[in-house]
Amino acid sequence: MAVELVKIVSKNFDIPDSHKLEVALKHGRYDSIDKAFSMKPEDITEEVCKSGLRGKGGGGAACGSKWQLMPPVDERPRYLIVNGDESEPGTFKDRQIFQYDPHLLIEGIIVSCWALQANEAFIYIRGEYKWFIDRLNEAIEEAYKAGIIGPKVMNKYDFSVDITVHRGGGAYICGEKSALIESIEGKRGHPRLKPHGKECEWFYDMPATVNNVETISSVPNIVLNGYESYTKYGTQKAPGTMLFAMSGPVKNPGVYELQYGEKMIDVINEIGGGMKDGLKLKAVIPGGASCPILTAQEVEKAHLDYESMWEIGSTLGTGGMMIIPEGTSMVAVAKNLIEFYHHESCGQCTPCREGTGWIDKIIKKILEGEGSQNDIQTILDVCETMNGKTICVFAPAVKDIIKSIVQKYRHEFEAHFNN
Amino acid sequence: MGKFKYTDENEQEFQRVAKKYPKIDAMMLPALWLVQEQEGWVSPDAMIYVADRLGKTPIEVYEFATFYTMFNLKPIGTYHIELCKTLSCMIMGAPELKKFIKDTLGIEPGQTTADGKFTLSEVECQGACGGAPMIALNNQYHENLTVDKLKSIIEECK
Repeated sequence: MAVELVKIVSKNFDIPDSHKLEVALKHGRYDSIDKAFSMKPEDITEEVCKSGLRGKGGGGAACGSKWQLMPPVDERPRYLIVNGDESEPGTFKDRQIFQYDPHLLIEGIIVSCWALQANEAFIYIRGEYKWFIDRLNEAIEEAYKAGIIGPKVMNKYDFSVDITVHRGGGAYICGEKSALIESIEGKRGHPRLKPHGKECEWFYDMPATVNNVETISSVPNIVLNGYESYTKYGTQKAPGTMLFAMSGPVKNPGVYELQYGEKMIDVINEIGGGMKDGLKLKAVIPGGASCPILTAQEVEKAHLDYESMWEIGSTLGTGGMMIIPEGTSMVAVAKNLIEFYHHESCGQCTPCREGTGWIDKIIKKILEGEGSQNDIQTILDVCETMNGKTICVFAPAVKDIIKSIVQKYRHEFEAHFNN
Repeated sequence: MGKFKYTDENEQEFQRVAKKYPKIDAMMLPALWLVQEQEGWVSPDAMIYVADRLGKTPIEVYEFATFYTMFNLKPIGTYHIELCKTLSCMIMGAPELKKFIKDTLGIEPGQTTADGKFTLSEVECQGACGGAPMIALNNQYHENLTVDKLKSIIEECK
C-alpha cells in the first residue's frame, strides 16, 4: 500500500506566511482554546490519555500519564517547560514548527497550561537555532499584542499564560529533560539523579512538566476534534502521527508527517524518492544517532512505530532516519559518531566521560591500521561498562549505536587490521 | 570593576528578560548571550561583570561558559563559519567543504585568518541534516552546500 502523508501537526506548513498571526487565525489556529476552556483541566488530561499521545522527543512515554504526575494544585507556581533543544543528530523536525507554524505551538502551550494549571511556560531552544528563535519570538509577541496570551487568555478567560523562550548555549545533553532544567536554572547541563518513584520534574523546587515541541503541538487537534480523531491513525500502541525526518543521499530529504506503523523502506522509496545518483542503500540509523543501526536487509522489515522497532532490535527515537549509502566506511561512521558523543558527554559520570574518549581513541587506532581483535573486544567491553551505570541514558545510547555498528559490520573493522 | 559594561540597549534588555524568571540565576545564559552579541566574545572581564550582576562568583560564570560550546572564549573574526561535521553532513560532503576552506582561507578549525576576517569552527550537529552539508555563518544557516556555493558565500564576505 502506498505511503500517504497525514496533515495534523503539519497541516499549515505549506500555506504562505503561515507563521503570521493573521494567516494562522484564518487557518484554524487558536480554534481549540474555547473548547479547552469549556472543559475541566483534568478532562483535557483524560482526553490526551485516551488519545495515546506519546512523547515525540525520543523517549516515547505517554504524554497524559506524564501530566498526571503533577501534584494537586497548591500555592506554588507550576511550570510547563517545552523542550526544543533538538540536538540529536538526524533530527530536525521541531524547527519546521518554529518556522512554519509557531502559533500552533503557542496554542498547544495555552491548552496544556490550562490542563496542567500552569501559568508560565518556558521554551528551551538550542542556541544554534537563532533564526528560528527570532521567528518564534515574533509570533509570541504577536500573541501578546492580540491578548491571546498574557493576563487573560484570548482576552476573556480568567487564566494567565506567559511564554518565555530560553536560548541554549550549544550542549547536546541539554535535551535531556533534567539537564535542560539545570541549564535554565543557570547551571551546567548535568542530568539529575532520578527518584525511585515516578514524579513530576522540579524547576527551582516547584512542580514542572517537560514536553517536546511536537508533543505540545499535537495537543490542540486532540482537544478540538476528540481523541478518536487521533487514534484513527497509527497503530494500537502508537496511535497518531509523527514528524519523521530523513537525511542523507535520498532524492527528497526532509520532514514528513506520517502515521505510525508505515514500512520504513516504502517511506524511503516513495516519500524520500529513493536513493539518489544510483547509490545503493547500505544502512539506516532509524531515529537519531543513538538508535541501533539497521542493515539494508533489516530496513526491509522495519516498521515505523516503537514496538516494531524494538522487535527488530532498535528504537524509533525521534524518527530522524539517517540514510547511509554503499561505499561508506562503517568504521568512519562509528568514528564520526563517537567523536560526537565524546564531545557532548557532560562529563558528570566517569563511565561516560572516560568511556566515550576511550572508544574514540581505539577506533582512531583501528583506522590507522594499528588495531587488533583485542581492540574490538575492548570497545564492546567499554560499551558494557558504560551501559546502565550512569545517571542518564546518554551512555546507554552510546553503547547501543557503537555496539550495533561493531557487531553488524565487524568485518569492516577487521579489514583495517591488515592494512 | 573592569571595563565591560552593557550598552544602554542591552541593559534594558537585561532588565526586561530578568523579570521573566523566578530567580536571577536563570539569567546566566541570557546574560552571556547579551555579552556575546555586544562584544563578539565573552572575555574574562565580562564574566566578572556578569558574576557581579547575578550574585555569582567569577569562577561560577567561567565554569558555566566553558560548558556551553557556543560561547567564544577568545575573540573571533568578523565572519564566524561554523561547519557541521556530524554524520549526515559528513556523508553529504562536509570534508570537501573543510578542505576548500583550508585551501582558500588557509585556516583549520579553531583558527582565524591573519586579517581577522574569518574564523572557522568545526561543530557537531546543528539540526540541519536534511540540508546537509551546511555551515552557519554568523548564526545564519546555509544548507545544501556545494564547494561552488560555499565559494560564492565566502566571496561575498570578502
